[in-house]
Amino acid sequence: MRQPPGRVDRRTLLIATFAGAVAGTATVRSALAGGVVSDRAAAALADPAPLTPTSRFETAFADIVGNATLVEGGDLSLELPEEAENGNIVPYRIGVESPMSPDDYVARIHLLSTQNPQARVATFHFTPLSGQAAVQGRMRLAKTQEVVAVAVTSTNIHFVARRLVHVGIGGCGEG
Amino acid sequence: MTPSKPRVRLPESAAVGEVIEIRALITHVMETGNRTDGEGRRVARNIIHTVTAHFEGDEVFKAELGPGISANPFLAFHMRVPGPGELRVAWHDDDGGITIERYTLKVE
Repeated sequence: MRQPPGRVDRRTLLIATFAGAVAGTATVRSALAGGVVSDRAAAALADPAPLTPTSRFETAFADIVGNATLVEGGDLSLELPEEAENGNIVPYRIGVESPMSPDDYVARIHLLSTQNPQARVATFHFTPLSGQAAVQGRMRLAKTQEVVAVAVTSTNIHFVARRLVHVGIGGCGEG
Repeated sequence: MTPSKPRVRLPESAAVGEVIEIRALITHVMETGNRTDGEGRRVARNIIHTVTAHFEGDEVFKAELGPGISANPFLAFHMRVPGPGELRVAWHDDDGGITIERYTLKVE
């Protein structure tokens, strides 16, 4: 699915993703807890602030994507836990389906935080010698937020993926 | 702080053309620069900002890391085996320190 570029569309998507995630959480929890919506889901509904990206994120995201056409999801997968008790160590796994041939390979994957003090968490560079555009590691999350990955191919296609992570104790060593 | 105890895991041997996984771990505080000490003074940022992997001199993978990466940074990535040779992994930190490890890969 191709999305036209632009802030409005991205915001709409972020909100839609958020609403979907909360609805999904509430449904699962209702089924488990006999109709009682969890405190966390209720709090998330009452306070959408964690989902409004920081201006730092907006700037970093704009710097990365420029005016490129963004492909939401597509061949890019971003895996993170839905709930992270400890925001200091949150495992991530990012992968892009790609032939990784000299003519068509994934050149970069950017990992971004929408709430941390620094939006750019990491940028990973690949070559055809990588064989596979995939990376795993561990990141810090200051609070509940969406994590965003942007993959850029050698043919300049930009894939974007987002995951909402509920964070218990925040990382990033603030305060 | 000087990074220490790098550990890289890769197979001892692999087939030419096979895509292998490489796992790299190093001990490092990854001080974010956002923290203050007991007396309210900011603790200076000190992180590993770049990790590179080269095979026989050709770049396989490079990671530019920010303070949002956890302490003791761990990375798993891949390589399509071009033949036998030497894998060189390097970790670069804010103090200008570079830790380099070399590993030999045989082909079956």
